[in-house]
Amino acid sequence: MSVVEQILKGDVRATARLLRDIDDQMPNTHEILRELYPHTGKAHVIGFTGSPGVGKSSLVDQLAICCRKDDLTVGILAVDPTSPFTGGAILGDRIRMQRHFLDGGVFIRSLATRGHFGGLTRSTNDMINVLDAMGKDVILVETVGVGQDEVEVANSAHTTVLITIPGMGDDVQAIKAGIMEIGCIFVVNKADREGSRKTVRELMNLVELGLRRRDSDGWEPLIIETEAIKGRGIDELYQAIQKHREYLAANDRGQMDDVLHKRARSQLIEVLKDEALRTLLRRLESRGISLESLIEQIKSREKDPYTLVQDVLANELRDFTC
Amino acid sequence: MSQDRKLRILVAKPGLDGHDRGARVIARAFRDAGFEVVYTGCHQTPEQIVSTAIQEDVDLIGLSILSGAHTYSFPRIMELLKEHRAQDIQVIGGGIFPLEDIPKLKSVGIKEIFEPGAKLQDIVDWIRSNITPRTGMAA
Repeated sequence: MSVVEQILKGDVRATARLLRDIDDQMPNTHEILRELYPHTGKAHVIGFTGSPGVGKSSLVDQLAICCRKDDLTVGILAVDPTSPFTGGAILGDRIRMQRHFLDGGVFIRSLATRGHFGGLTRSTNDMINVLDAMGKDVILVETVGVGQDEVEVANSAHTTVLITIPGMGDDVQAIKAGIMEIGCIFVVNKADREGSRKTVRELMNLVELGLRRRDSDGWEPLIIETEAIKGRGIDELYQAIQKHREYLAANDRGQMDDVLHKRARSQLIEVLKDEALRTLLRRLESRGISLESLIEQIKSREKDPYTLVQDVLANELRDFTC
Repeated sequence: MSQDRKLRILVAKPGLDGHDRGARVIARAFRDAGFEVVYTGCHQTPEQIVSTAIQEDVDLIGLSILSGAHTYSFPRIMELLKEHRAQDIQVIGGGIFPLEDIPKLKSVGIKEIFEPGAKLQDIVDWIRSNITPRTGMAA
């Protein structure tokens, strides 16, 4: 049986191995992804993002239970940071998800950022496609703990859940640009803590002021208080996600088209960048020009990077073939 | 553009033993050695450990145990790996073991046992010389 057939049948081992090959940029993964692509597009992809320690993993764990009660199969991609010094990583998101380890309906994969900025890994979109093709109904994507500007997940997910906790900053934080704009649903986790109502009120103001880019599309972001550890507010969150899914599915204002467009665009650009760079480097190499020699020219200030790139492109893009 | 294959290791604590300081120190040392470490916390059953190792596609499982239950859990993990046709995943152990148990554990396929006093650098060096990331799969 080919790898593609194994994955379409939901084979865990084959899927796990392919995900690793994708992460490590092994050469033949694009062939496999190409064959899997026609089988994608069925899963609902939900992104969970927020600062370190707000409870992303715990909420993902709880949401997975809700999905399983509805007989939906679940794929989870959970990102943790790579050390910028050693390249190593400790991937600990699974600690909160132990109860799913023996459930064949849940596939969990821990990922390291490996130097990628934006909250996800460079492999995440491809991995979503693989889990989608293997038949997972819902894919929960947990970003690395983010700050103010890592909004990549909004381009990969259908529904983005932004998680915060009480006391994370004053109300100016809530009106800043960036991460606060991408939430389809806001969660105030650890809501037993002091200041939870205040945080909710600030979020309500944010929503009401219509500061969000997508407010014109008719979706009013929902705000949910939760205590992930105790399970409080989880049903409400699950319902909110379903509501958003129904809102997208209705597509009466083209909202689903917008989401699909956004996802397609980010995938296309990503693959284009990768392939273009890969092809260029290969062509340079075949003509005996090493990347190192180009780096040296800039380092020694013999050339500036702009002229150099222009020269390279002018040369390489003539009769461009892959 | 393809980067070097990263070694992925699962650090796991089987059984009813809540003392995971050792496991965390090891996980940290592996991180500093440039490995990707999946850490899943305490109280894992052999079934959970093997399932995690397969989903995470690790090259190596490092088991930490202090409770004395290694004579059950270590062989059971090896059995389960075989059942899942995942014997290519190597297993090592660390913690507290009666000396006479060590040959028995090695005879069921545990590659190496590190006792108290083993140096972190020695463990890392052992991994570097004995475990290589698996090769890519064929289409």
